[in-house]
Amino acid sequence: MISSEQPKPAELRRQRDQGRRIGLFIPCYIDAFFPVVGIATLELLERLGCSVEYPLQQTCCGQPMANSGCQEDSAATEALFVNCFKGFGTIVGPSGSCVHHIRCHFDAIEQTPETKKVRAGARELVEFLHDDLKVEAFPWAAFPHKVGLHNSCSAVRGLGHARPSERIIEPYFSKTRDLLQKVPGVELIEIDRPDECCGFGGSFCVTDEAVSAKMAYDKVHDFHRHGVEYIASADMSCLMNMKGVIDRLKLPLKVIHIAQILNGGPL
Amino acid sequence: MTQAVNPEELAERFIGLEQHEATHDRLVWGMRQNRDKSVAGVPEWEHLRELASQIKEHTLTHLDHYLEQFEQNATKLGTHVHWALDAEEHNSIVYSILRDHGVKSLIKSKSMLQEECAMTPYLQRRGIDVTESDLGERIQQLSKEPPSHIVVPAIHKLRSDVAELFARNLGTDPGNSDPHYLTEAMRQNARPRFMSADAGMTGANFAVAETGGFVVCTNEGNADIGACVPPLHIASIGIEKLIPRARDLGVFIRMLSRSALGSPITQYTSHFHGPRSGGELHVILVDNIRSDRLGSADFWHALKCIRCGACMNTCPVYRRGGGLSYGATYSGPIGVILDPGFNLDKYRELPFHSSLCGSCSEVCPVKIDIADQIYKWRRVVAGNGMLRLTKQVGMSALGAALAHPTLYRGGEAVAQTALSHTPRFLLYNPFNPWGKHREMPTAPGHTFRTWYLKNRRTNELT
Repeated sequence: MISSEQPKPAELRRQRDQGRRIGLFIPCYIDAFFPVVGIATLELLERLGCSVEYPLQQTCCGQPMANSGCQEDSAATEALFVNCFKGFGTIVGPSGSCVHHIRCHFDAIEQTPETKKVRAGARELVEFLHDDLKVEAFPWAAFPHKVGLHNSCSAVRGLGHARPSERIIEPYFSKTRDLLQKVPGVELIEIDRPDECCGFGGSFCVTDEAVSAKMAYDKVHDFHRHGVEYIASADMSCLMNMKGVIDRLKLPLKVIHIAQILNGGPL
Repeated sequence: MTQAVNPEELAERFIGLEQHEATHDRLVWGMRQNRDKSVAGVPEWEHLRELASQIKEHTLTHLDHYLEQFEQNATKLGTHVHWALDAEEHNSIVYSILRDHGVKSLIKSKSMLQEECAMTPYLQRRGIDVTESDLGERIQQLSKEPPSHIVVPAIHKLRSDVAELFARNLGTDPGNSDPHYLTEAMRQNARPRFMSADAGMTGANFAVAETGGFVVCTNEGNADIGACVPPLHIASIGIEKLIPRARDLGVFIRMLSRSALGSPITQYTSHFHGPRSGGELHVILVDNIRSDRLGSADFWHALKCIRCGACMNTCPVYRRGGGLSYGATYSGPIGVILDPGFNLDKYRELPFHSSLCGSCSEVCPVKIDIADQIYKWRRVVAGNGMLRLTKQVGMSALGAALAHPTLYRGGEAVAQTALSHTPRFLLYNPFNPWGKHREMPTAPGHTFRTWYLKNRRTNELT
């Protein structure tokens, strides 16, 4: 769906006025393997008038250890996270899974007022753009491609990015979809099992390798047989998993983080 | 320590049987789709879920009251009520009733509780001939396997597997896998067993405190013949099956089969109120760790389960690995949270046989927080020092590195170098499970942090 309407200057001004000081949280695996996703997130937030700061001592949210049941091992990492971000009312990160951990788990350390504030202030990029900034347009972006949307499990069922397929009786909504539809050229493609897990699951992907890989293959094939060019998601960890399959099978598919589409790059 | 079940290895074996896995995933996902269609026709579905959850929570928090009420009312109806603290006591009560009645052959319908108590082998060791009457359960019995699914016990088998099994056991044509042919063959084989059985056993889906009656839901009507042809009927009922009033059934019956198979109701919903004339009815109320679970703040909600199997149908791990990979009575997400309660040592790996996708919690008709409980069981396993050594060491090393920014950045640099300079045959080795079916991410040459330092003004904030 290509929109020819450009946002009016007043609208752009309104968006800028809503800008605020935010702490940028770049999860460990994005920092290490997908810096372009961090760059796209930063540039996008700056374009939208936010004053963005990246605390340099940050590493990770503690999820890898906590998800394995290792509370104690995640405590120091969670404490470091709070220390890095305690000065911010809003913390934005381009990862549903990590933000879900911060908001919904993150209890390896004492729940001091500081910790509670950091947890409550953690926002995933899509919800920040959709619910807080209420961004109406991304005039700098265009993406003339067939896009398959992958809403991660923690984003859909954990953070409420979209109505999960199980709740068939409730009205349909998808914040990720809403945002993508504002980018000219994006053609969203439906697949058979829209919110079936891709099989990443953190350490699950190595400890339960056979099941995880089968899930990933099935998910990638679902996108592939529907003619998708790009799999887009707010979670790079799912995309890393699916990219592993795409590269192994040499399929004509690419993965892209939603920040890269909304910011118009970098790819 | 007990030998732990290794669900990953068992699942890998099932996935290796390509046709089985593909068929299993398709059929079980089909049940999830049927559930969706069926639920879409009930606008008040989410309200019903809430109601069902509240009724169960109320009953479980007043369980002593409702159990006694049930016992009184059942006794008034002429039912003999027995209490069993554990599986052993349950089995010995069953056996003593059968022995007192001179029972040689028993026909039973599907009961997860009797599976849980390992009742059939117990009775067989004492000379009682036990026949499963549910078709799927009978297939499993002949295969000497436990049920792989709560509702459809032999769903992991192909038609050709059943044809082969029946050929060996019933003398059917091994080349004929037509479901009608096979079902009819089993029907003819089972009929004389129904007619000659000395006793029938069932489980119960619901026990109603205010009436003293109980309800058994089946699609084959096998429980009804088993309960009504022989003179003696024994029902095993877990104490969590209680509901307060007959009218509460309206909530659960509407949800049970819709959640399970997508049908509005099971073919047979049979209500038993005391013995039929000339017959005898015994009910055994079984605890078997349910009271312990009820006392656990994190896990008592699992007792709300009505055994519909919806969580299994939606579970991507269950569909790929099959129910037998759990190596336990209860498989799928509900099994992951029930089994460790019976034997933590044996089932310590089960909480990790999950990607924590959370779909199970969303389909559960009684709103059990299944995914959250899986997460919490992982903590119990780790807290008891039962994690696999590799994981234990890995997680404490990772935790240490991620807590120290410089250590972490050092690790990052090593990973970058390793990914870009290690020859392929070394990178994709047996110690790298990821590399078995997937390519590694490529090294981007710089981190976000180094880019940020170069391109934005620095704000040391810590």
